[in-house]
Amino acid sequence: MSFPWANQYQPKHPVMKWVDDRLPLPRFVYNAVGAGYPVPRNLNYFWNFGVLAGAALAIQIVTGIVLAMHYAANAGVAFNSVEHIMRDVNAGWFIRYAHMNGASMFFIVVYLHIFRGLYYGSYKAPREMVWLLGVVIFLLMMATAFMGYVLPWGQMSFWGAQVITGFFSAIPGVGEPMRQWLLGGFAPDNAALNRFFSLHYLLPFVILGVVILHIWALHIPGSSNPTGIEVKDEQDTVPFHPYYTAKDGVGLGVFLMIFAVLTFFTPNLLGHADNYIQANPLSTPAHIVPEWYFWPFYAILRAFTFNFLWIDAKLWGVIAMFAAIALLFFLPWLDGSPVKSSTYRPLNKIFFWILLFDIGLLGVCGMMPAEQPWVIFSQIGAIYYFAHFLIILPIISRIERPLPMPGSITEAVLAKHADKSSATA
Amino acid sequence: MASESELKAGVEDGVRRRDFINIAAVSFAGVGAGAVVLPLINQMNPSADVLALSSTEIDISQIQTGQAIKTTWRKQPVFIRNLTSAEIDEANKVPLSDLRQPQTLAERTKPGKENWLVTLGVCTHLGCVPLGAAEGENRGDFGGYFCPCHGSHYDTAARIRKGPAPTNLVVPPYEFSSDTVVMIG
Repeated sequence: MSFPWANQYQPKHPVMKWVDDRLPLPRFVYNAVGAGYPVPRNLNYFWNFGVLAGAALAIQIVTGIVLAMHYAANAGVAFNSVEHIMRDVNAGWFIRYAHMNGASMFFIVVYLHIFRGLYYGSYKAPREMVWLLGVVIFLLMMATAFMGYVLPWGQMSFWGAQVITGFFSAIPGVGEPMRQWLLGGFAPDNAALNRFFSLHYLLPFVILGVVILHIWALHIPGSSNPTGIEVKDEQDTVPFHPYYTAKDGVGLGVFLMIFAVLTFFTPNLLGHADNYIQANPLSTPAHIVPEWYFWPFYAILRAFTFNFLWIDAKLWGVIAMFAAIALLFFLPWLDGSPVKSSTYRPLNKIFFWILLFDIGLLGVCGMMPAEQPWVIFSQIGAIYYFAHFLIILPIISRIERPLPMPGSITEAVLAKHADKSSATA
Repeated sequence: MASESELKAGVEDGVRRRDFINIAAVSFAGVGAGAVVLPLINQMNPSADVLALSSTEIDISQIQTGQAIKTTWRKQPVFIRNLTSAEIDEANKVPLSDLRQPQTLAERTKPGKENWLVTLGVCTHLGCVPLGAAEGENRGDFGGYFCPCHGSHYDTAARIRKGPAPTNLVVPPYEFSSDTVVMIG
């Protein structure tokens, strides 16, 4: 948007010109996601995931609004109203399964979007604000997903709400009153269910608002790219439309195929059978597990099994879990390397993959019961997670010697092309 | 714009009359905003009907020695256990220095009724219902209660002995209305 060679909006139809003169909304869209936004010419498929996350948000909002037309947020009838949607409402099973699995798809693409950012250094100057807003979106998504999971009022819903609101009771002094304030009672019940429904309906629109800010902040410097070299002139870019609308369209097709397989063939693969049992405040399921996208953080929560200094294990777990996400806010300053892309950062590249393995390990630990060897694995995994961001990354980013970089995006693209043609010749 | 002399007339020690008006107006608006926000926040606290459930009477005449029942108080599970003499001995044998939250069995029961252990069935870690109240459930390494969620073990006096829970199972406020009826809350 800020590039001088960006295409200018020229309304062809007199009606569009009339609108544009009075409310330049068509111009705004053209400049944001149309031919008026110049994008680096070398984006790979990892740059699809922002658009895919937007598509997932749209799917969740549409299916969610429809579900709210049939769902009743009352502890007495909520469980049965979900069964009513599944059995009686026309295509209700499809809409609910799409909403359930849509949440998982949303998290899958957002995690890939975040890992893309980590690998290619998208969080670095001048895009720190894009990253910070992204972390805010991630937090809002977690809150929304948690409250949505409570709504069917099954066993996992109820006990998930009990455990998550239990985090707050760890805070000394004000913790317990705060928990009662959040729940509107002494345990999750009708009051909690009602407010969670209200907020679950609200938060997606808050997310939408922050997404708009996220894109706005992105369009100030323009998109990053796999080389991490900033755009220097017009030949480094192509217009967003039709080049990346087409490329994102390919990704969207793959996304929808995977989504369809999940929804139609294994709709409960990522859920828990216990949630088809109505909430029972007197009986805890043998094994409480959150949804898969919370597993790594759940593992960090449970990693503290001992009191340390003057703080007890429970509070440490809660602090560590929130710190694991809060840490991401400081990432742009913890990484001291001026080079963005890990393609040219031999050390960072290695540690990126180790971090990814570590997060995967934490995920498995979060899924397993709190028994050995998973407790010790989650402790090692949690220590490594914090060590990566607080020790390893600040040090290696300041001592590593980057590989020689091409002079511009175009140079990198042409060099790659020359390699290919010489290989085929 | 007022002239320089007019401005000077209103200034005493660098404070203008207008500053007072500004501060007074903003403070008044602030108090008003606070008065409006307070009910919006307070509406989330437990409502009167929820609070009305805060005392419950329970008949304990049917609980045999060594048995326990699960009941509810304020929509939370409550365990009432009739301890055997062996369990009482075991609880009294534990040195207080071994405990995370040192409390004797006597401190957790009523005088003369030391076999009646009344606790919330809410694990102090993250609020799961511990096992051990019903026949044949896992009672953990210390013969009391065991929380399956994150592996907290409670002893025969429902005191935390092992695992992530910070404190003993909570003893709710209660009294014996008669020898066979307990009033919780």
